[in-house]
Amino acid sequence: MSQTVTQPRNVSDTDTKLDVELRKVFKVFNGETAVRGIDLEIRQGEFFSILGPSGCGKTTTLRMIAGFEEPTGGEVLLRGKSMLNVPPYRRPVNTVFQSYALFGHMTVWDNIAFGLRLQNCHKSELQQRVREALQLVKMEGFARRYPAQLSGGQQQRVALARALVNRPTVVLLDEPLGALDLKLRKEMQMELSTLHRELGVTFVMVTHDQEEALSLSDRIAVMNGGRIEQIGSPSEIYEHPQTAFVADFIGDTNLFQGRVESSQQPHLQITTHHGLKLWVKPSSSWIESPSTEVVVSVRPEKIQVGSPAGDTPLNCCDGILKNVMYLGTHVHYVVELSSGETVTVMQPNRSRELPNLDSSVQVYWQAIDGLALPARSPEK
Amino acid sequence: MAISSSTVEPPAPAHPGWQRHLTKLLQPFLLLAPSGLWLVMLLVVPTVLILELSLIPGFRLGQPAGGYGLGNYLQIFQIVYLQVVLRSLYFATGATIACLLLGFPVAYWIAIKAPKRWRNLLLVGFILPLWTSSLLRAYAWITILRPSGLLNSLLGAIGLPGQDWLYRSPAVLIGMAYSFLPYMVLILYASLEKLDRRLLEAAADLGATPQQAFWKITVPQTLPGIAAGGLLVFIASLGDFVVPDLLGPPSMTLSRLIYDQFLRFRNWGFGSSLSLILIFAVSVAIALLIKYGDRNAAQS
Repeated sequence: MSQTVTQPRNVSDTDTKLDVELRKVFKVFNGETAVRGIDLEIRQGEFFSILGPSGCGKTTTLRMIAGFEEPTGGEVLLRGKSMLNVPPYRRPVNTVFQSYALFGHMTVWDNIAFGLRLQNCHKSELQQRVREALQLVKMEGFARRYPAQLSGGQQQRVALARALVNRPTVVLLDEPLGALDLKLRKEMQMELSTLHRELGVTFVMVTHDQEEALSLSDRIAVMNGGRIEQIGSPSEIYEHPQTAFVADFIGDTNLFQGRVESSQQPHLQITTHHGLKLWVKPSSSWIESPSTEVVVSVRPEKIQVGSPAGDTPLNCCDGILKNVMYLGTHVHYVVELSSGETVTVMQPNRSRELPNLDSSVQVYWQAIDGLALPARSPEK
Repeated sequence: MAISSSTVEPPAPAHPGWQRHLTKLLQPFLLLAPSGLWLVMLLVVPTVLILELSLIPGFRLGQPAGGYGLGNYLQIFQIVYLQVVLRSLYFATGATIACLLLGFPVAYWIAIKAPKRWRNLLLVGFILPLWTSSLLRAYAWITILRPSGLLNSLLGAIGLPGQDWLYRSPAVLIGMAYSFLPYMVLILYASLEKLDRRLLEAAADLGATPQQAFWKITVPQTLPGIAAGGLLVFIASLGDFVVPDLLGPPSMTLSRLIYDQFLRFRNWGFGSSLSLILIFAVSVAIALLIKYGDRNAAQS
């Protein structure tokens, strides 16, 4: 609807492909290292998410892009320009804060107009842009209200409008939906996605909610312990995790600790610490030589319960059914393998009779569904 | 309950129902009685007496009283007395502005800039003077401001001529600002300490320089504190007796005038009407304090 709001401030240098660059960025707080040498390139118009557990340094990273924190080492660039010693009020980014940080003594209108007034925006243009921003977030009727008179979801929309109205190069979103209840969250996720598509502005979102990151983002950086574990599209991250942490953090998975037994093309044989022999497809990113410590990740939905029909898959184990959870669309099984390991299985509900608890069952999966990952995150 | 036998009668209640009911009804009154009595004897009765005296023009102790009338109140409109009222307002306003200008930077520094573990210590340091008598503090200012006092010696040391400070308006303003500054700092500190720093980050994010953020966010957000501190200092200065009496010229302020009417001129009627006017002015200020302090606080 309002493409005018969408234009970034510097229309001239559209040839630049990258909006945000982080080069070997470190941040140390009172002797504690929060961010340990991050390299990041965020493309123009991208919906980029930084995902990780709390304390992984993701919010610190966002705050360094916004300018609230100066990196202890390394460099932040916006549109190719170094942001070294550039205060937040001179950076072409706007933030949607987790707490919204709306100004309680101002109406919704004045909150949204705040940034434009500081730029000495002409009155008629200001009125039009604020009105457009209100329309964009569907809050036209609330201009005269005070933030305290709004619900959480409405405050969220105002915070969004307040950032977008300034037409920033990059919109930073710090856990933007963290304070909303589940239903409202889903609704706002849809709207964020629509807004991003309509405006074409670069969004950088920090979240600990993997589902949110997977559903909204073009690319995701998974962070852990101040480092980036992997950067990739949602499907890359989910289907081809490069580290055990990523495999475990994104979605559910079964992890088997073990070491490489032999490499017989096209498969790799691995013996787990419990003595279970598994066949996996070798990962492209690193070469496994015999006796390398590895972690094998198998997604619950890739495993079948029952007797394999036709060709016997390479991985087939006996076990005892320990738990069955009927989830409507899916059935969730917990099987204790005879080797001692426990696997969880998620299967679509095919209206079959469920096996009895404590009965003997077989679980099986294809070699291609197992993924061998380095046992420890590679040091960067 | 009657499991064992139906013939056993339940034990009689310790008090009959109406008695317990009465105790419950009287309880709040009994609890409030000591403080209520105190208030009635020392506030309500004197105020009523003063109200009566103020309505007897020219009432003097030991002299036959005339009839009721508004003469005492009309007397205030004489130019000399109007000047006193205006002067009192001038001093109270001046002290309030001085406390605000001196107190805000201090409170801001303690609440926002100073290291967290130092804050309480710094605050205590500021409140410490309050623990000495206001009379002593006024005398201390006399030794500083008198012609051969500390201030003039310091001025002399840097080659400036000494001034006659004492018993003039600047001395009163200095004394009042000094007396009430701690209250202002405490109230402003409480207000600034509650300020959500994320709002300042949000303002910076939207393009506000630190100065712009201060005027557009910090000051409006702490306005209830500024109003509360200002009104409190205003009220205290308006009714202050010690400072204008010891540091200022005679009969300069309302409180000093009241004192003189009662103790020097024995004109209890006029003194009473002046007292009631002062009480009224202070009450209006307190009402403003309650109204604006609360509404703004609830809004933010």
